[in-house]
Amino acid sequence: MAALTISRRELTQRTAFSLLVLATAIVTVPVLFIIIYIVVNGAGALSWEFLTQAPSQAGKAGGIFPAIVGTFYLMLGTIIFSLPVGVLAGIYLTEYARANWLTRLINMAILNLAGVPSIVYGLFGLGLFVLAMKFGMSLLAASLTLACQALAMTITTSREAVIAVPREYREGSLAIGTTKWQTIRHVILPQALPGVITGAILAMSRAAGETAPILVVGAAFILPGLPTSPFDQFMALPYHLYTAAAHVPGMSKVTIWGIALVLLVVVLSFNSLAVFIRIRVRQRRFGS
Amino acid sequence: MNMNHALLNNRAAHNNETKLKTEQVSLFYGTFQALRNISLDIREKAITAIIGPSGCGKSSFLRLFNRMNDLIIGARVDGRVVIDDTNIYDRDIDVVELRKRVGMVFQKPNPFPMSVLENVAFGPRRHGKKNRHELEGIVERSLRQAALWDEVKDKLGQSALALSGGQQQRLCIARVLAVEPEVILMDEPCSALDPIATLRIEDLMRSLSSDYTIVIVTHNMQQAARVSDMAAFLMMEKDRAGILVEYGPTSQIFTNPQDKRTEDYITGRFG
Amino acid sequence: MAIASAGLSKSLRRRWRFSEKLIESFILLNGLLAIIVLLGVLFLLLREGLPAFAYTSPWQFFFGTRWYPVSEPPTFGILSFFMATLWVTLIATAIAVPLGVGCAAYLAEVAPASVRETVKPIVELLAGIPSIVMGLIGLLLLSPLVQGLFNLNTGLCGLTAAIMLAMMSLPIIVTVSEDALRAVPKEFREASYALGATQWETVWHVCLPGALSGIAAAIMLGVGRAIGETMTVLMVAGGALAVPYAPTQPMMPMTAAIASGIGNAVRGGPQYQALFAIALLLFLMTFAVNLVADRVLERQKRKFAR
Repeated sequence: MAALTISRRELTQRTAFSLLVLATAIVTVPVLFIIIYIVVNGAGALSWEFLTQAPSQAGKAGGIFPAIVGTFYLMLGTIIFSLPVGVLAGIYLTEYARANWLTRLINMAILNLAGVPSIVYGLFGLGLFVLAMKFGMSLLAASLTLACQALAMTITTSREAVIAVPREYREGSLAIGTTKWQTIRHVILPQALPGVITGAILAMSRAAGETAPILVVGAAFILPGLPTSPFDQFMALPYHLYTAAAHVPGMSKVTIWGIALVLLVVVLSFNSLAVFIRIRVRQRRFGS
Repeated sequence: MNMNHALLNNRAAHNNETKLKTEQVSLFYGTFQALRNISLDIREKAITAIIGPSGCGKSSFLRLFNRMNDLIIGARVDGRVVIDDTNIYDRDIDVVELRKRVGMVFQKPNPFPMSVLENVAFGPRRHGKKNRHELEGIVERSLRQAALWDEVKDKLGQSALALSGGQQQRLCIARVLAVEPEVILMDEPCSALDPIATLRIEDLMRSLSSDYTIVIVTHNMQQAARVSDMAAFLMMEKDRAGILVEYGPTSQIFTNPQDKRTEDYITGRFG
Repeated sequence: MAIASAGLSKSLRRRWRFSEKLIESFILLNGLLAIIVLLGVLFLLLREGLPAFAYTSPWQFFFGTRWYPVSEPPTFGILSFFMATLWVTLIATAIAVPLGVGCAAYLAEVAPASVRETVKPIVELLAGIPSIVMGLIGLLLLSPLVQGLFNLNTGLCGLTAAIMLAMMSLPIIVTVSEDALRAVPKEFREASYALGATQWETVWHVCLPGALSGIAAAIMLGVGRAIGETMTVLMVAGGALAVPYAPTQPMMPMTAAIASGIGNAVRGGPQYQALFAIALLLFLMTFAVNLVADRVLERQKRKFAR
C-alpha cells in the first residue's frame, strides 16, 4: 500500500513535470522556428543591390537602402532625444530624490509610461509634434515620438546603472570636498556608463522595430531620395515591411521575408550587443 | 586646557592647541539616538584615537567632523562641533569647503577606478587646478608624503585597482593629502589590511602627525596604543546610544584608566 | 590666532555655486519628465478626444455598434472594436497564462542550469522580435493554418491574432513569474521537503501559492501588452466592422481601428476626434491594468522582504 501511494505520487510528479517541459517547448520552439524560417526564406532576397539601392516599381524591384538609412536615423534621433534626459532623470531618482510622495509619483509615471500602447504614442506625436509644434510628417516628429516612448526604458536602465555604482566611490569623492555634481559627473557617470549604454542600445533596438507610431507620424512607403534634413519625410524598415506585406498586391514573398530578415538582423544584433556589454560589465565588476 | 603635562605622551608635548571640539553633541538617526552628549577637545597636530566596542558609534562620531552623516537620510545633530572657532553645524556652513579642510580615509580602500595619477589629481582638479605641470607636482608631493612615491612612480598611468590593498590605502591617503587638508579622519584604515601593510600605515600616520591633526577610529587596542597621543573611549548605554566614558593621553588611558569601564575594556573583560 | 581663525571661519561660509544650483534644477526638471510626458499624453488625448462627444453621446459611443465616420452625420459606436479587443485579449491570455506560468515554473523550480541558460535567451529573443514581424508571421504563416484547421472563409480572424498576441505577451509573463517564484524563500521549500512532500507537491502547494500575487501581476502585465498591441492585430485580426460573436470571425480591435483610421481622418475633424477618444479609452485601460499590476507586485515583494 505504501509503495503504491509513493508510485502514484511519483506518477503525478512525472506527469506534471512533463507538462511543464511541454509548456517550455511550446514557448521556445516557435521562436526558433520563426527565426530560422525568416533567415531561410529571406536570405534569397539579400544582395548588394537589395541593400544599397532605392526601391522601384512600388517596392517590387530595387532595394531597401532608404528604409535602412531611415531606420538608423530614427534610432539615432530617438536616442539623442531620450538618452540625456533619461540619464538625468535616473540620476535625479538615485542621487537627489527623497523617499516621498513626489518620488512615488515619478516612479508610478515611469511604470505607466512603459505601458502606454505604441499607437497611443503615435497619436500623441501626431497631435503634439506634427500638428501643434508644426514639425509636419517628418523624421524629427517621429524621433521625438519614439523618444517619448523610449523614455521609460532609458530612465529605468540609467537608474539601475547608477544605483549599481558602489557607495564607497561616492564617499571617497565627497570626502575630499567635491560637490555633488562633480562626484556624479566624474565618478558616478563614468562607472555607470556601460549600463547606460546597454539601456541606450536596447532603446534603439526597440525604436528600430516600432511600426505603429511612425505609421501615424509620417513614415513614407516610397521616397525618391534620402532625407536631407530632420524636417524631411523618411522611409523606415518596419513601415516598409508593413506596406509591402499588407498593401502591395503581387509583392514577392522573397522580398517581404528579405525585408523582415534585414529588420530582424538590425534589431537582434543591437539586442545581442546590449546583452554582451551587460555580461562583460558583470564579469568586470565581480571578477576581480 | 588644564592638563597634566607630565602625563602627556611626549611625542606631542610640543603642541597644545585645540583644533576640533565637540560640545554636548548628540546624533540621531530618525528616532534612534546614536550618540549622547559627547564633549571632546581634539588637539592640533596630534593623533587622537577613538576606541570602544563595535556598535558604540565610533564611526558615526568620526563622521561628525566632516558631516559625512549628512548623507544619511534622517540623521540629525544636536550640540556644536567646532573647528577652530567655527561651528560646522551652523546653517550657513559650506559642507564642500569643510570637507576640503577635513579629509577622510575609509575602512576599505576605495581608490577610484582610474589611474594612480588621476586618483591623486582628482581633488585638485575638481578644485580648479588645471595646469598639468602643477598637478604633477601635487601628485608627486602627495605620493611622497604618503610614502608611496617610490613604489608607484613608474606606474602612475596604471589602474589604481592593480595596487595591493596596503598601497591602495596609502593612495587614498595621498588623495586626501593632495587637497591640503588640516584634519585627516581615518575610519579603521587598517582593518582590511595585513599586519605588514598595517605597520606601514601606522608609520605614515606618525610622520603625518607633525603637519596634520589626525583622528583615527580603531577597534585595535595595540594600534591605538602604538600610534595615538590621545585616546577617547566610547561605549554604548543600555539604549545603544554611544557615550564618552573617558578621554585623556593615550599612556594614561592604557596604563592608568580612571574609569572602571575603561579598565575592563582595555584589559579585555568585554567588547 | 584670532585673526587666522576669523579668516578660516569666513572661508567656511556657504558659497553660492551658481552652476551647481543650475545643474541641480535641471536634473530635477528631468526627474519630473516622466510625469510631464504622461500628463502631456493624457492632456492631449483629452483635448483632442473629448470633443468627439459633441457628435456622439457617451452611451452611443461606448455601446453603439455602428462606426460610420464619413456619413452625414457621422456615427461613432465603438462596441465592435471594444468587443474585438476583449475577445483577442481574453483568448491570448487564456493561451499565454498556462504556457507562460508553466515555463516559468519549469525554469525556476525544475530545469537544470544548462536548460535554463538556453531557454532564457530564447525568451529574450522572443521579446526582441518586432511586432511587425510577428504580424507578418501571423499573416503569412499562421492564418492559412488557422483557416484550414477551423475550415474558415479567412484565416485573418480574432483567433489568429490572439495566438500571435499570446506569443508576444509570453516573455513578460515568463520573466515576471519566474522572478516571483525565485523570491519564495528557500526555507519554505526545505520545510516542505522535510515533511515528505515530493518536488512537484512542493512546487504546487508551496511555491506557486507563495508566488501567486507576483504571477497575477505577470498576467496583468501580459494583458496590458495584449490590449495595446497594434501592428499584429491590424494585420491579422481581419478588420471587420461588425460586432464579433465568435473568435473565429474577422474583427477590428481598438488599436487596429485607430491605426487604420487615422491616415484618412481629417485633422481636427469628427473622425480624428473619435479616434483620439478611442485612444483615451485605451490609455485609461492600460493605465488601470499597469497600476493594479504594480500594486500587486509591490505586495508580493513585501511579503518575503525582511
